[in-house]
Amino acid sequence: MNAKERMKIPPVDMPEQDPKERVSNLDEVPLGYTPEMAMMEAKRCIQCKTAFCIEGCPVGIDIPGFIKLIEDGDFKGAARKMKERNLLPAMCGRVCPQEEQCQLFCTIGKVRKNPCESVMIGKLERFIADWDREQGEFEQPPSVKSSGRRVAVIGAGPAGLTVAGDLVKFGHEVIVFEALHKAGGVLVYGIPEFRLPKKIVQSEVDYLEKIGVEFRYDHVIGKTIPVRKIVDDFDAVFIGTGAGLPRFMRVDGENLLGVLSANEYLTRANLMKAYDFPEADTPIVKGKKVITVGGGNVAMDCARTALRMGAERSLIVYRRAEEQMPARLEEIHHAKEEGVEFHLLQNPVRLVGDDRGWIKGAEVIKMELGEPDSSGRRRPVPIEGSEFIENTDALIVAIGNSPNPLVPNSFPDLEVTRWGGIVVNEITGQTSVPGVFAGGDIVLGAATVILAMGHGRRAARAMNLYLSSGRWVDLDSALDLSRAEVH
Amino acid sequence: MYQLLHKEKLGPDIFLYRFRASDIARYRKPGQFVIVRIHENGERIPITIADVDIEEGSITLIIQAVGKTTLQMAQMKKGDSIPTLTGPLGEPTHIEKVGRVLCVGGGIGIAPLYPAARAMKDAGNHVTSILGARSSNLIILADLMREASDDLIITTDDGTEGQKGLVTDAIRNLVDNGEEFDQCIAMGPPIMMKFVCILTEKLGIPTIVSLNPIMVDGTGMCGCCRVTVGDEVKFACIDGPEFDGHKVDFDELMARLATYRSEEKNALEGYSSHAGCRLDSMSEGGSR
Repeated sequence: MNAKERMKIPPVDMPEQDPKERVSNLDEVPLGYTPEMAMMEAKRCIQCKTAFCIEGCPVGIDIPGFIKLIEDGDFKGAARKMKERNLLPAMCGRVCPQEEQCQLFCTIGKVRKNPCESVMIGKLERFIADWDREQGEFEQPPSVKSSGRRVAVIGAGPAGLTVAGDLVKFGHEVIVFEALHKAGGVLVYGIPEFRLPKKIVQSEVDYLEKIGVEFRYDHVIGKTIPVRKIVDDFDAVFIGTGAGLPRFMRVDGENLLGVLSANEYLTRANLMKAYDFPEADTPIVKGKKVITVGGGNVAMDCARTALRMGAERSLIVYRRAEEQMPARLEEIHHAKEEGVEFHLLQNPVRLVGDDRGWIKGAEVIKMELGEPDSSGRRRPVPIEGSEFIENTDALIVAIGNSPNPLVPNSFPDLEVTRWGGIVVNEITGQTSVPGVFAGGDIVLGAATVILAMGHGRRAARAMNLYLSSGRWVDLDSALDLSRAEVH
Repeated sequence: MYQLLHKEKLGPDIFLYRFRASDIARYRKPGQFVIVRIHENGERIPITIADVDIEEGSITLIIQAVGKTTLQMAQMKKGDSIPTLTGPLGEPTHIEKVGRVLCVGGGIGIAPLYPAARAMKDAGNHVTSILGARSSNLIILADLMREASDDLIITTDDGTEGQKGLVTDAIRNLVDNGEEFDQCIAMGPPIMMKFVCILTEKLGIPTIVSLNPIMVDGTGMCGCCRVTVGDEVKFACIDGPEFDGHKVDFDELMARLATYRSEEKNALEGYSSHAGCRLDSMSEGGSR
């Protein structure tokens, strides 16, 4: 088949659960490709000589390489190729914003003048990861000589898991300290079951355990063990404690009953399995009508979770317009399909309670778009006198998170930015404290899973060099990280 | 897993548990708490650490069985284990020599008060303690508190032990008799702390309280435990659990504690009828 013929093949859609059915269950929405679908989709890749898609991947997966193996029906080979660069492919295939990364750079999308018609790299990644997991065969990576070096990873989220997997493969002893009772960070407490089934996260964590990573749960570093002791006891430390501090709107009535942060709502629903109450012991606020404030992926997750918790009406209230929503198009599309109502250019200014202290409504002001602000988006400006009361039984605040201050606060020598992020060398992840590296949302602020994993990947390489050479000063130039090698 | 090394009954539905948790024991300071989760589907609940034994590598928790989780704990036997014990969390009690300290504990709140009283005494303060409960059998740790205090007063609502009346009556008596205090520490049900704070504010005694809002993670991640202190919103898990009692909005705290009251009641009824267990009593305040 020549390139021209390949370009003519339309994208293969992934079957999805019917919206009407899926709002009453927690099962995953996209159902996955069959082998035939995957092989057909793989045919659409023209194997560009210069693979721009790889440039768009924060962890530099050999994308044409694994797609060729799928086309040839060598799924095992494709899985092996992917795991060279990405130890957590089942998660990335589901939650990466591929339309802004690999698929944005895909030649096919450019030729068809529609990035939505690029090769479905994310869906193929998911297919191959699921296929590999379902085989149930564990393949031990090539064994390496123990380096005798010990590394502590603080936080078992996407950044920390990536660092742990990479460093154990380099032959170092790795212990991951996790504050919660499960590994995965935002993958287990935040992202809902219907978007990322928890058994998939668990199986990727199990894989890391099998290749030698040790996990210590219920360990809040800075509390259970002082940071100083961790720094003294280990040859290198990676801090990946995430952006776990919820932001609130700072409006009157925000402490009323029935007003929750997105983190609380999702943690109860996901990690604590509140959907299974009273079988599981953790309850959750339910309401016939639920408002979620915000326009990102987390807001979509909350609004869609509310439907599954029995809400008859689930509203997104967002102060800007739909084009300016930071959520992925796919998430907005799924939310709309399920019946989430989008109330755009609106902003709550005050929450109103009943005589028992429960929220009964939000006073909302209408907005219009003014001049562009520092983010380049047109600034929403309140329309004076447009306030009205939107009645509600519950309100979820999903307007973002700040870096979790717990570790930085218990670590006086560690340099942080004005907004609480840890300051690092962008190439190596080195912090102001020798031997200590950091990455993910504790550096970036609330970003994405794959960016955190990209940080983890870069830091792991730098940590490996630091551990073998002892060199701290000018580690970045020693690393000789070319852009072609790691993006 | 964290093993239960010792369990004993201190009063009706009140149990003392000693769990092996050597790191927590080593680094814990008075005033700090742990998050407990007792089985795979269990909720995460905050409990202030009453004592530690560094040699044994254990921590002591004193818990009243009032809800499903705490009733299930009451069924545990020595040697059993629980999957989660996280801590020590929160900021420790600020301990310094200030002179004369008044420690006020109500009911199960005497458990977290004990380490604070002892630390205040060890720091060279003169410690007067008032322990209050509805009835004599609900007064716990009286012997330990006596050791940790220079003076100890017990009050009961029904007069079955010590002075009949409330802890606030005892505070007023002391002050009326010319006693002066530089600092008060009050721990107990929110309603007790509220009225102690109203009184000590009038009397001009700075007062620290330890709050017990609902929590999930206990590390600042969920914001469930937010409390209004003065004109600021604080997270009890990382900014507290101790705050300036004269600034705390207790009415809001009490309202928020009732968020899941009906769910907790249903869970409890389901569990009680299933397990066929009997409640010696139901108490006011969080029914966890």
